[in-house]
Amino acid sequence: MSKHTLAVLVENSPGVLARVAGLFSRRAYNIDSLAVGPTENPAISRMTIVINVESHSLEQVIRQLDKLVNVIHIAELKPEESVQAELILVKISATSKNRFDVDAVLETYDAVIVDESSETLTIEATGDGAKISDLLNALERFGIRELAQSGLVGIERGSRSLAERTLSVQSIPTAESGQADYQN
Amino acid sequence: MGKKMSGASSLVQSLESAGVDVMFGIPGGAILPAYDPIFDSSIRHILVRHEQGAGHAATGYAQVTGRVGVCIATSGPGATNLVTPLADAAMDSVPMVAITGQVPSNAIGTDAFQEADIRGITMPFTKHNYLVTDPDQIPRAIAEAFYIASSGRPGPVLVDIAKDALQKETDFNWPKELSLPGYRPQLEPVNQSILDAAALIAQSSKPVLYVGGGAIKANASKELLQLAELLGVPVVTTLMARGAFPDSHPLHYGMPGMHGTVGAVTALQKSDLLITLGARFDDRVTGKLSTFAVNAKVIHADIDPAEIGKNRFADVPVVGDLKRTIAALIPAVKAEFAKKAPDYSAWNASMNKLRETYPLGYDLPKDGSLSPQYVIERLSALTGPEAIYVAGVGQHQMWASQFVKYENPRTWLNSGGLGTMGYAVPAAMGAKVGAPDTPVWAIDGDGCFQMTNQELVTCALNNIPIKVAIINNESLGMVRQWQTLFYEGRYSNTNLESKRVPDFVKLADAMGCIGLTCDRPEDVDSIIKKANSINDQPVVVDFRVFKDAMVWPMVAAGTSNDDIMIAREMAPDWDSQEL
Ligand SMILES: Cc1ncc(C[n+]2csc(CCOP(=O)(O)OP(=O)(O)O)c2C)c(N)n1
Ligand SMILES: [Mg+2]
Repeated sequence: MSKHTLAVLVENSPGVLARVAGLFSRRAYNIDSLAVGPTENPAISRMTIVINVESHSLEQVIRQLDKLVNVIHIAELKPEESVQAELILVKISATSKNRFDVDAVLETYDAVIVDESSETLTIEATGDGAKISDLLNALERFGIRELAQSGLVGIERGSRSLAERTLSVQSIPTAESGQADYQN
Repeated sequence: MGKKMSGASSLVQSLESAGVDVMFGIPGGAILPAYDPIFDSSIRHILVRHEQGAGHAATGYAQVTGRVGVCIATSGPGATNLVTPLADAAMDSVPMVAITGQVPSNAIGTDAFQEADIRGITMPFTKHNYLVTDPDQIPRAIAEAFYIASSGRPGPVLVDIAKDALQKETDFNWPKELSLPGYRPQLEPVNQSILDAAALIAQSSKPVLYVGGGAIKANASKELLQLAELLGVPVVTTLMARGAFPDSHPLHYGMPGMHGTVGAVTALQKSDLLITLGARFDDRVTGKLSTFAVNAKVIHADIDPAEIGKNRFADVPVVGDLKRTIAALIPAVKAEFAKKAPDYSAWNASMNKLRETYPLGYDLPKDGSLSPQYVIERLSALTGPEAIYVAGVGQHQMWASQFVKYENPRTWLNSGGLGTMGYAVPAAMGAKVGAPDTPVWAIDGDGCFQMTNQELVTCALNNIPIKVAIINNESLGMVRQWQTLFYEGRYSNTNLESKRVPDFVKLADAMGCIGLTCDRPEDVDSIIKKANSINDQPVVVDFRVFKDAMVWPMVAAGTSNDDIMIAREMAPDWDSQEL
């Protein structure tokens, strides 16, 4: 079993998330996380999908995904060739007594306090999967009361952009009248 | 600026612009605005009796003509009645466009009267689908739907249109171009893959052409014949490909799979190279996958890249339109053969011997009653290979695939992937509409017939004179066969008693058809001839056949093709074969 991160550019149209989620469910592919958001192009949304490939090959998953008409482009983000990050908001138990210990942890992981009450602190942090899980381990001893975690998002290193590759789209002429024979 | 009109008129103009000449449907509240301009349209609308009938009729029409079949229904129950034919069309890659009305856009999501989320429901088994709430978007949605349905690997597309979008005023603008950035079917095969395939063929000593339904979709029969004769090796045609290659051709070994011929099944099993053309390694062909053709390398040519490697690893994948693929393969193979002439003679000799030893056959019932296989054999002989044959699902379907002799593509229609009982009568209706001058015989089961026979009313009233042969074994025969073989003959709920009720002759008569009946072997020919002579009315023949006939050969579900049985508890005598 191995994890892969896919960056998927999709048309920003209604139902596209349902199409992708439905495909994964009906073909029994395991999703670890899925994050969707807008891109620099308002017509295009971007999904970052982390999948656990077991009995199905990654290639098969990509090809099935590519069959969805609203899916424009799929790229695998290899960890060494991309920047990947997720965001957590975590509420921990904290009093004036352990505050010093908490601050030490936060400093190590570049995390910040975004809200506090008399007995809790809410912490925000970003980073790749390993960093986030180390941080959560370090926070464990204070008592984690609530955790909200985004899916992973990722982007390729270097100057290339995925979107560039989708711009060269040709349009398809329709038949003036009568059904066009598109096949032959 | 386009012409001002209602969304409904824009829909009908769009359908006309897409080249639609006929559609099958039933009106209702949400789609009603569209039915007003349909009244004046040049498009022939055939009023069916059940939306499932509309869907399968669209499929039948598409299967014989190669054009997009169109069906239309209202929201809610009208739309959900299309679910089965849409799933059926998806499994068998049928180009179809389904139009449904939807509740007004401000009522969507409120559980309004006759609201069903048909776009959500049909996502898994449409190639694509739309919900249109803006009347200006109707022409583009229709144009895209027809393009997507008919190009690449064909499939069904649903366009759901909110009632208010049909009622509002809009401009009609037929799009000159479509922009589908995520949809680019690859038609032209990559040259290197063709060269690799040709090289692999030249190296092989036991190749087989494993031909699937894609050969028919791509209109590739002519090229297939040339390739087959160039190679001179066994050809097998799957259930979806019957007719893609002439049954009379000496290289044809018939159908592989669960009820395939010993020759076809074994040719695949013993092969060292499967030249797979528009087939998809379905479980009914491969049997237990891990034991399927274990010594074979695989060339897999398909227009759908997702089929490559889905079930079986492909040594050489070739993605592209099959007609172009085969046309490109022929000169590439010739070039290889010019370097070194192949010698497939040992392979052909051993397969030939096997085929001659185990031809398709059947035993006549000992009690002198009518043999279902005999009826179908005579139907084929007396009607000929120019006619179109449409089957339901069950034993009669398998016999129709085995004992009708097919010579031409698009003359054999059946529900292969979904196995939809009730397919035959409405699909035959659609086929006859698509090919009005060709005789169309539905070969149906007594069980299947009772699911959708009401479309015979549609046929009678609309001058669609199909013929139906009911293979009446008074049971859900295929299920009964499994009960005989795997459940100790405990016939739980498979006895239909259809020699008692209904009276199929009276039923046919009541629906405006000619009803005939036949239960003696000596009457078979004369009754078929009589049915064939009637061309102005639908005909139904109740062939009252032996109840316990079984379909052989058989590879039991989940077992290996090596364990093919030619009759109950009887395997081929492998020891006497040199393979
Ligand atoms: C809609 C549907 N329901 C159930 C089945 C399961 N099934 C497959 S074959 C069959 C029996 C069909 O009976 P009949 O039409 O009389 O054909 P026969 O096998 O007797 O030739 C059944 C129930 C099916 N394929 N489709
Ligand atoms: Mg029956």
